[in-house]
Amino acid sequence: MEYEAVIGLEVHVELNTKSKVFCGCTTRFDAPPNTNVCPVCLGMPGVLPVMNRAVVEATVAVGLALNCTVSKWSKMDRKNYFYPDLAKDYQISQYDLPLCHGGWLEIEADGRAKCIGITRAHIEEDTARNVHTIGAGESGVDFNRSGVPLLEIVSEPHIRGAQEAFDYLTMLKRILEYLDVSDCNMEEGSLRAEANISVRPKGSTTFGTKTEVKNVASFSGTQKAIEFEVARQIQVLEAGGKIVQETRGWDADRGITVTQRSKESAHDYRYFPEPDLVPIAVSDEWVERIRASMPELPKARFDRFRGQYGLSAYDAGVLTSSRAMADYFEKVVSAGAPAKQAGNWIMGDLQALLTEAKCASVESCKITPADLASMIALIENATISGKIAKDLLVDMFKSGKPPKTLVEEKGWVQISDRGALETLAREVIAANPEPVAAYKAGKKQTFGFLVGQMMKATKGKGNPKLINEILADELARGDVKGS
Amino acid sequence: MPKELHELTAHEIRDAVRTRKISAVEVAECFFRRIGEVDEKVKAYVDVWRQYGLAQARSVDDRLAKGKEMGLLAGVPIGIKDVLCTRQGYTTCCSRILCGYRSPFDATVVQRLEAADAVFLGKLNMDEFAMGSSTENSSVQVTRNPWNLKCVPGGSSGGSAAAVSADECAIALGSDTGGSIRQPAALCGCVGMKPTYGRVSRYGLVAFASSLDQVGPLTKDVEDLATVMNVMCGRDPRDSTSADIPVPDFTKSLRSDVSDITIGLPKEYYTDALNNEMREKIETAIDGLKKLGAKVVEVSLPHTDYAIACYYIICTAEASANLARFDGVRYGHRSRDAKDVRDMYCMSKTEAFGREVQRRIMLGTYVLSSGYYDAYYLKAQKVRSLIRRDFLEAFQKCDVIIGPTSPTAAFQIGEKTSDPLEMYLSDIYTISVNLATIPGLSIPCGLTRRGLPAGMQIMGKPFDEETMIRVAYTYEKNCGIDMGRPPIV
Amino acid sequence: MAKITKQDVEYVAALAQLSPDEETKERLVREMGEILGYMDKLNELDTTGIEPTMHAIPITNVFRDDVVTPGIERDQALTNAPKSDGEYFLVPRILDVE
Repeated sequence: MEYEAVIGLEVHVELNTKSKVFCGCTTRFDAPPNTNVCPVCLGMPGVLPVMNRAVVEATVAVGLALNCTVSKWSKMDRKNYFYPDLAKDYQISQYDLPLCHGGWLEIEADGRAKCIGITRAHIEEDTARNVHTIGAGESGVDFNRSGVPLLEIVSEPHIRGAQEAFDYLTMLKRILEYLDVSDCNMEEGSLRAEANISVRPKGSTTFGTKTEVKNVASFSGTQKAIEFEVARQIQVLEAGGKIVQETRGWDADRGITVTQRSKESAHDYRYFPEPDLVPIAVSDEWVERIRASMPELPKARFDRFRGQYGLSAYDAGVLTSSRAMADYFEKVVSAGAPAKQAGNWIMGDLQALLTEAKCASVESCKITPADLASMIALIENATISGKIAKDLLVDMFKSGKPPKTLVEEKGWVQISDRGALETLAREVIAANPEPVAAYKAGKKQTFGFLVGQMMKATKGKGNPKLINEILADELARGDVKGS
Repeated sequence: MPKELHELTAHEIRDAVRTRKISAVEVAECFFRRIGEVDEKVKAYVDVWRQYGLAQARSVDDRLAKGKEMGLLAGVPIGIKDVLCTRQGYTTCCSRILCGYRSPFDATVVQRLEAADAVFLGKLNMDEFAMGSSTENSSVQVTRNPWNLKCVPGGSSGGSAAAVSADECAIALGSDTGGSIRQPAALCGCVGMKPTYGRVSRYGLVAFASSLDQVGPLTKDVEDLATVMNVMCGRDPRDSTSADIPVPDFTKSLRSDVSDITIGLPKEYYTDALNNEMREKIETAIDGLKKLGAKVVEVSLPHTDYAIACYYIICTAEASANLARFDGVRYGHRSRDAKDVRDMYCMSKTEAFGREVQRRIMLGTYVLSSGYYDAYYLKAQKVRSLIRRDFLEAFQKCDVIIGPTSPTAAFQIGEKTSDPLEMYLSDIYTISVNLATIPGLSIPCGLTRRGLPAGMQIMGKPFDEETMIRVAYTYEKNCGIDMGRPPIV
Repeated sequence: MAKITKQDVEYVAALAQLSPDEETKERLVREMGEILGYMDKLNELDTTGIEPTMHAIPITNVFRDDVVTPGIERDQALTNAPKSDGEYFLVPRILDVE
């Protein structure tokens, strides 16, 4: 029997507003425990929440980017349960009237575009952090994270495999990063994912029992966890067993999912409308203002790059994989560089340097777009060779100096003087009688050796095209003249 | 007969202090002496701030001496119900679960009173977490009614009402969720108001039922009420439910004129179930106002009978969530025997919450639980809309609605504690006001044959405290009955 | 509808994180039954088409600007903590690691 996997993803995104969702504490995460707190996010007696406008706007922007309907009227609700990291022992969230609902996200599956439905995107507050390394028998609670704004994005169960899940997460992260609403860093915890997984016979339209898989710490981890769980469920069913509806945790070390003891004894959250907050009414006018302030989104930018710059799908895809890179690319092009070369240098040598230096983003590197464009121009007008340009790029990366300055400092101007090269060619021929003889005897490979000798003599600065041309001429001429 | 210093009203004290006829320190010392003399019997205070209060008074005198402009409550000695957060002293809501708790911030109302140069005398007794109508649910002590020490002062702001009544402060702050300011004010013979929901900031008010709670004043007369309302009211950016509506000068309503007023009398309130003596007192008061030119019409509040059921569903539901935070993690009582997290929650709460509080948490959790939400909570929310509509429709025919504040005068301590439902049913006249979010005020209208105060409730349109204050002032000045001071026996 | 059983009381107590003893449970069965029975009165009313009062005040869109404002110092935050080590609020070991 062939089975298909039915997967829905629930993603929690920490928004990068300056202050928390219901109080003015900073959302910075690198502070000592319990130093970014106030009575509100500590849930002290007598406090009240006040909604951060920027959180509403960021949520609407994400909703628009995910093709959602933005609710004209929505409200907050209390989700009641007990846990030490929950300051008020209820979480302010949204239950039946989320701010955004009914959208989709496009990914590529099997070479075709596929829309993954987005059920909803809503606002809630993050919990504090439990720390288990205190000592025997005790845990510590740090409320710095309590009240940080979270966006919960729930997909429809349209995902059919681990690869699609990976692509969904990648695309979602890209959109959020373009909107600059979150750091989207799974390792740091600003993006968290849970998967609801079930299987069913291929072609069936009813749903199998699902399990919820938590504790994945990376996109690839999510992928592996889904692969494992799908296989596990199929195995259980084929052996005649039943899937237990439960929460399972991904154990990355062992590569398996395990049953988790549920932390709430009953999932009876007793939702009711939050009486301390008033409803959110989003007018059409407000939506349009937010829409107008949104940047070009990844898909639109990809399409435009293909059309406007004639880039291949692959190149356009890589160059739009982050907003910073796409911005950088366009700045290099508008500084005069041809699109193809600009793309190649950015995707190739520059990216390699960034990776090695562990630079998170091209924005933070020392090479300005104008400088990269200058460098490309220097190659185009044969001032330097492509080979030299690679070294030049490394220096530009380290020093931040413009290319022309470095070329002068290092004397890297390409030698394109025909006369000089002709003289040099004759010297090399004279100094290497055996290889020359071998070449003339038919061993064409020794040409490369002779080119190498000329490059060595020019300290790498020789114009390779000219060197090849001139050397070939000189060798041919030698025949005519006689050695 | 000239009044003793502690018998003076707040405005009399303020005027005397401002004009330097008497110093703020003298006033404070006088009140601390008074507390020392009578509070052993009345038991209104749970914490007296002698040092702090005198320091505040000295600061008031200093600024006066320097010729600074002084606030509306300069030197006025005020008691604060222990449900309001204060950085000074403790904030316990008279519950064992908050024993020893020190708030890192002051409630907005407390801040505003302090900015108006008031002097704080200490924290006042209350039913635990404001749940009760007699102050018998306090984990600290039972406050006595200064008119008869065997009787309750009412609740939950029993300490506040008793303190004003026994001249242990000039003004007291209370909170009102279902009548907790108005009913004790009626039972103790003082003036008390629950402002329109949203008039006064709830920031720093330990929440009982978020959609019903309001902070309000208890005073000796209507002028004091108007004065302190000027200080307390107004939008607070820290409270999303505080209304962005300008605060009028309530003292401009202190004029004797009801010639343009139509009083509505709800037929559902004046049934045979109403105690005859109480009915008499209210009718006498209404007659007095009629003689001054007010018109009277009968109105109907058809859903009156459903108010108590509606109220107890909504307030217990909200309370069950509001009180969840008292889990022993960040503050409050933590059971010594707790071995794991679940133990910590269950044991701490079970040990330290009182019986009434636990009962309401159970009820509230039940009505919100899966399968019951629609039948109880959602249903109650709809009935609430009907009750509010009743009032808004009635107010199309009248300017204020008048009725008794409490069906009976103060009852004996212990008389109603065995049957919680009976206690709940005594809130019949006050509860609808909170559900409808309209303002309500109680003013004394005489003593019963047994020498206990009776209170008349004036209800007004949303945000129309001005008209209510005018009617109350007119009544007080022209028809008010001088009850004398309570005997404190 | 308002027949409360001991099981109901136990379920609700678990949700509310209370642990009443046997005597208290018996009492609660009676009291809750009586009070909830009284609340059933609301079923006498036809509320079809009536909007529930979800918020006490008819306003919308109350927001704060996204600016950082000072909170409280750590020692103030920890001052009422039943147990702390000066940095964290301490609780008995939480066994369900997320």
